[in-house]
Order: sequence, then structure tokens, then C-alpha cells
Amino acid sequence: MDSDSILKVENLSVIYQSRRGPVRAVREVSFDLKKGENLALIGESGCGKTTLGLALIRLLSKSARIVQGKILYRQGDRIIDVLSLSDDEVRRFRWQECAMVFQAALNAFNPVIRIWDHIYETAKSHGWTNRNEVREEALELFRMVQLDPHRVIDAYPHELSGGMRQRVLIAMSLLLKPQILILDEPTTALDILTQRTIIELLRRLKEEFHFSMIFISHDLALAAELADRVATMYAGRIIELTDVDSAFERPRHPYTYSLIRTVPTVHGDFQQLQSIPGSPPDLITPPQGCRFHPRCAFMTGSCLDEDPNLMPVDEKSAVACWRWREIDLRIKEAAER
Amino acid sequence: MTALLRLENVTKRFPVGRREITAVDSVSLEIHEGEILCMVGESGCGKTTTGKIISGLLRPTSGTVLYRGQDIWQMDRTAFSRFRKDVQVIHQDPYASLNPVRTVYKTLSAPLFRHRLVKNRKEATQKIIELLEIVGLTPPEDFIHKYPHQLSGGQRQRVSVARALTVNPRLIVADEATSMVDVSIRISLLNMLLRLRNELNVTFVFVTHDLSLAKYFAWDGRIAVMYVGRIVELSPTPQLIQQPRHPYTQALLSAIPEADPKLTRSKQRFQLRSHEIPSLLNLPPGCAFHPRCPWHQPGLCDQLRPQDELLQDGRQVACHVVSQQDREAAG
Repeated sequence: MDSDSILKVENLSVIYQSRRGPVRAVREVSFDLKKGENLALIGESGCGKTTLGLALIRLLSKSARIVQGKILYRQGDRIIDVLSLSDDEVRRFRWQECAMVFQAALNAFNPVIRIWDHIYETAKSHGWTNRNEVREEALELFRMVQLDPHRVIDAYPHELSGGMRQRVLIAMSLLLKPQILILDEPTTALDILTQRTIIELLRRLKEEFHFSMIFISHDLALAAELADRVATMYAGRIIELTDVDSAFERPRHPYTYSLIRTVPTVHGDFQQLQSIPGSPPDLITPPQGCRFHPRCAFMTGSCLDEDPNLMPVDEKSAVACWRWREIDLRIKEAAER
Repeated sequence: MTALLRLENVTKRFPVGRREITAVDSVSLEIHEGEILCMVGESGCGKTTTGKIISGLLRPTSGTVLYRGQDIWQMDRTAFSRFRKDVQVIHQDPYASLNPVRTVYKTLSAPLFRHRLVKNRKEATQKIIELLEIVGLTPPEDFIHKYPHQLSGGQRQRVSVARALTVNPRLIVADEATSMVDVSIRISLLNMLLRLRNELNVTFVFVTHDLSLAKYFAWDGRIAVMYVGRIVELSPTPQLIQQPRHPYTQALLSAIPEADPKLTRSKQRFQLRSHEIPSLLNLPPGCAFHPRCPWHQPGLCDQLRPQDELLQDGRQVACHVVSQQDREAAG
């Protein structure tokens, strides 16, 4: 593990048991997260983004199993093997070291419990029992996320708007000062101006607390706003990992390229957009060879034989495509044509 | 162009406890035959309610809805049922809007029989196969006997579109029709709707919170931006996107995250005075946007409600300051 990394994932695979057979939701995923870095996981629904996020904090449902791989976390000078932590240790690891802000902010709360009780419950289970101290800290965090602290802390979840609930969740996730924040679709289903508030807020909170972020989103615009690096997932694998500018200007994987070309921008002239033909593969019986080949415009015979692994393109980028050297994918020029 | 449908001073109030909220506040609007009109705005702005009033699903509290010049709420039964046939709705959630125990055949044949568009099963099947081909569910034989749970979200939404098309509508109101499906599928749905509009000359009212989709879908149409019950700006899409006039439109456009890192990180933000969206139960006096508006003029914007005004360039804006600027520019 590099000295500037906070998290390292090696060869991680997760399988869900289903009646039709094993669902290989995450397959042989490896990446590292630098201190203070923002990493975006992008891809269509069902590509394994959320499963990967849940696996990182070992919060997978009972039907899922981590079948192989390693998750290493740096705590000061120590390196912790997350998969070998006991249940107690893992509970401390969540929130205190690595917190997750879930999608659908309403469902993340118990509707009959006030915000304050959610907060105190969390603090208490991590051994922080001084009510006044916890309350002071929570009020301060609410101020930082631009909420009216006294009104919000005694409110029930339904009394808050979607954007307010999302801000409460972000504030709560920072209560125990974790080093890593995992955000699952943090701006999905929010209005534009509220999305903007959340984005600016995350920027400010990062400056204050210096955490690292992994955010899971199908919203490419959010990745363009906040990410330092972008990992594209397809059928359970990371198929491209690169810095944000390369991802949006010169992606190497045909899937990343197609995905970016499905999103209209508001600024600028009209561009004809192309959808990606077909749909994401069934993860129980995925296609042979490269999982993307049935939808890929650059497919040749060799793509049917073997699923490519991530191979380095340069020091910043890696791509899992047999043909990346031959094909030239440039977003800007494509748009101008 | 003649107006296919027209709203005149339409207001809709809903009771909330003992009080009332005004979801739509004297909106006037013309929808032309064959055009695409997008209604955009944030949640609670009244765009969905306006869509329901246009499609005749809600009766306005006051004001008139004219379809081909006739007040739809004064129509006799035959004329009204004709109107309801001409104006079809595609809902947001294809999981909720299709009956789970009906096959595609059942769902699509019901309106065909009901409106006596086919005589027997053979004709119905023939027509349904045509419709499935139009909405891109090919080969139709693979889909006609499927239940909704056997289809993906995008395919279900195509079935919803096919159902709307069974009765040869003149106007389709699509309310967030693509917001539940993945990005890759969203564009193929929009491209299909655009094709329908070109081939069948169907008029579209497209309700969305997503300005980038509105831009894509209505590039040769118009966009109406709504804010707490009112249309604050209405203009042809390219002008609205490239040169927004109303401060709210400017705020929205400058706030949108874009899928282009250099562009989105260098955008000039239009700073608002406040982030609080006013409660519909307690709307600010004058212009409802004034507590958030950086341009607001005390004594004017907080007192007097701005009228919908036509500017020199032909667009409609409801803002005192923009109207002043426009008059000054004209000399």
C-alpha cells in the first residue's frame, strides 16, 4: 500500500445468492484511494457500484458474500485489514473511520424518531455518551451544512425537505470525523439549486475536515464537478480508471465514451446524442469474453474469447479493453462533428 | 400556427388542512399544433399540476382551458370524450402506471376496443404489432404476450408510449417520462419521442426538472420556466438556454452541474440572496422570487406582482427589473 493511500482494495469479488444462481455483482475489483482524493464510481444501474460501496464498510445484505479479495485501510501508522475485523471492530470502523451517506435520504431515517435521537443513538453506540457535548457538536455541524440547527435537531424526518434531509445525513456522517466518506447518489432526486448547494457544501466540508470521498453516482455531471479520478464500472468490474479530465475528454474504453455521449449538456449548441444499444448484461449468465462486446461498436472476434483485465495506459490511467491502442475516442471532436 | 390548446388565467388551489395553497397561479399559455413545449422548474413549482390541467385530469379552480377553441369544462359528453382521446398522458413511473396482471396485449387492446378502433382480436393484434414496431419493441412477437414484470424500465416506458398512441392522440403530455430510467436508455426514449413527433405530427408537452433534457428535447420548441405556481419565463429554447433573461432562469442555468469538468468548474454562478424556497402556504408578497433575487428593488418587487410581459425579442418574462431593462434598451 502506497504511503499516500488511505484505502486499498485488491481483487475484491462479491456474489449474491439468488434462486436462479449466483449473481456476480462485483468481480475482481482493485483500486486505491489517496488521502484527500475524490473518487467517482460511475455506471448504469446494476453495474455493482452500490454493492462495492457496501462491501467497503461490510454492510452487505445476508444474501451477499465477499468471496475473495482484500480491503486495506490506513489508520495512522497501522494498516488494518477490514475483512478480518471482528463485528465490534467493524462497527467502530464504520462511522469512525469510514461513513456512508445513503441514497434516498428519507428511507435512511426512522420516521418516528427525532433527528436528535438518531444522532445521539449513533454517538452512544460509539461510546460517546456526553449528551451536551454530542448536541453541541451536532449543532455546529448543522450550522456548517447551512441548516437552522435548533429547528432541525428537534424535527422529525418528515418535517424536512429532501435537500435538508440530505444535508442532515451528511452532517451526521461527519459526527465521528471519519477519514473516508462514501456517498451513494448524493444529489439524485434533488432539485437543481439544492444539488448545487450540496456540491458546494461537500467542497467546503472537505477543506475543513480533509476527508477522502468515494461517490457512487449514475450522474456524470456530479463526477465532472467533484471527482479527481473516475472509475467506470460495467457488469461488476472497473473497466476504466483515470483522472477526471481524461475520462471526459479522452476516455479509452468504448463504454465510458458511449456513457458520456448519452448526457446532454445545457451549455452550448444542440448536439445529437446517441444511446447505447442493448442493456446491461444479466450478471447470472453474462456474455462470454468482454462483457461489453454485445453493445460495443468496436467489437471484433478476439473480444469474444476472454474478458480483458485493467491494463495500464499511462501512469494515471488504466483500461480493460482489448482494442484500446487501436481505437481513438475523443469526446470534444466527436461533439463537434 | 393555430393554438391547439390554450390556458387562460388558469389557477388551481388545493385545500391543505383549513388553509389553501395556490399550486398554479393565473397561468396563460398557448400550445401550437405540432410544437414541443417543455415545462421546467423545481419540485413544487406547479409544472405537474399544469400538465394535469392541460390533459383535463384536473379541473382548474378558475380560468379556462380551451381545446381547439372550445372550453373543455363546458363541452358535452361526446366532445369531452373526444378531447380525452386526443390528449394522452405518459406518466413518470412505468412500474406504477402499467397494470401488473395485464399482458402487453391486454394493456394495448383495451383502449382500442373501448374507442371502437378495431372490430376483433385479429385487427387488434395487427394494430398492436404496428404500435410495438413504432415504439421500437421489436420483434413485436417477443413482447406482445409479456407481463410488465418481464420488461425492463425502458421497455415498460415504451409500452406506456404505445398505449398513449393507441387512440391516435394529437397531444401527448409526458410528465418526467424519462426520469426513472438509466441515462443510456433515456436518450433512446427521447429520440423515439422526437421521431414520433416528426412522423405523426404529435404535439408534446414535456414536463421535467432537467433543463438539459428540456434543451435536447425541445431545441426547436419552447421552454416555460415555472417558479412557485407561475411561468416566469417562456421563450424559444435556444434563446432561453443561451441568453436567459429572468433572474431565476439565470440562477438555474448557472447552477446546473454539467458532464464536462472544465466547463462545469469554470461556470460563473449567479448568486442568490437566499436558498430557502418559499412555502406555498406563505408566499412572499409582490414577486414570489424577490426574497432570493439579487436584483430585487425594495418598494417595487416586494409590493407589486409582476405581469407576464412580452419583451422586444418576443419572449415572455414576468419580472419588473427585466421589463425596465427592456424598455430602456428600446429607448
